Amino acid sequence: MSDIPFSDHTGGVDLRSNYFELFGIPVGYDVERSAIQPRYLELQRVVHPDRFAGLGERGQRLAIQYAAFVNEAFDTLCSPLKRALYLLEVSGHPVDVERNTVMDAAFLMEQMSLREELSEVRDSADPEAAVESVRENAEAMMDALKDEFVRLWQEGETGYEQAADCARKMHFAEKLLDEAEQLEEEILDS
Amino acid sequence: MAYSEKVIDHYENPRNVGKMDDKDPSVGTGMVGAPACGDVMRLQIKVDETGVIEDAKFKTYGCGSAIASSSLATEWMKGRTLDEAAEIRNTQIAEELALPPVKIHCSVLAEDAIKAAIDDYRKKNDSAA
Repeated sequence: MSDIPFSDHTGGVDLRSNYFELFGIPVGYDVERSAIQPRYLELQRVVHPDRFAGLGERGQRLAIQYAAFVNEAFDTLCSPLKRALYLLEVSGHPVDVERNTVMDAAFLMEQMSLREELSEVRDSADPEAAVESVRENAEAMMDALKDEFVRLWQEGETGYEQAADCARKMHFAEKLLDEAEQLEEEILDS
Repeated sequence: MAYSEKVIDHYENPRNVGKMDDKDPSVGTGMVGAPACGDVMRLQIKVDETGVIEDAKFKTYGCGSAIASSSLATEWMKGRTLDEAAEIRNTQIAEELALPPVKIHCSVLAEDAIKAAIDDYRKKNDSAA
């Protein structure tokens, strides 16, 4: 069994391919979840551990590795932030997010005031409207960052550094958006 | 992940939470963000005529370690001169709070906030002179 190349069992899935190649789409920022969903389901079937039952323990381990690879790829391509970071990585300009930068003061100021606004939502006269307003602000911010990212990304070499800044900012916007959505859900449920 | 007792103490009873008037010339404001986690921190100092930090305030939107790091930073800064405060290192904060390796960036954020606040104060007062 171990003589057969493992890739013969994986429908051409190669752990060395990048996520765009894996999903058969062009390398770029515009990715629609609905457009890659069918390929995702297909890949999940191809690498399903049940299909490797005959390959013994090693086969099972590899199958799990393949499944994790496919899931990570799908997750990355679907997330606006992860996709931006991955795109920069693929193009040879990985973003160092561990480096703490003072960053754009005006941007941080805006983040701060929106977080403040969010923390005061429950005390406001109309919490539903208050949280909706923060959520809409966060969405608009995220959309603007996405547009900016695409513009810079398409610029190529001269745009990569600023595109990386843009991706860093996306992390803040996404966190704010997550928190706003979560709070909105809690308020609507109560 | 388990937080140390000191982190929990600062998290539950944060010292010096608040805001100062950033237009006040005796106030220095440091705004920093951690792109790794999306945390934002504002640290402010009020400096007297002799160059001693008489008061410090912070507001942090982030995890327990980030809140504890900034809370501790404000405690340590009070009563120090600007030069003394500038010597506070993230490693000291991390050690005092027993931060695990994955949370070291929270203490780095606090150190950056300290520097940014001091820089802001100095910039304001250089141009005024």
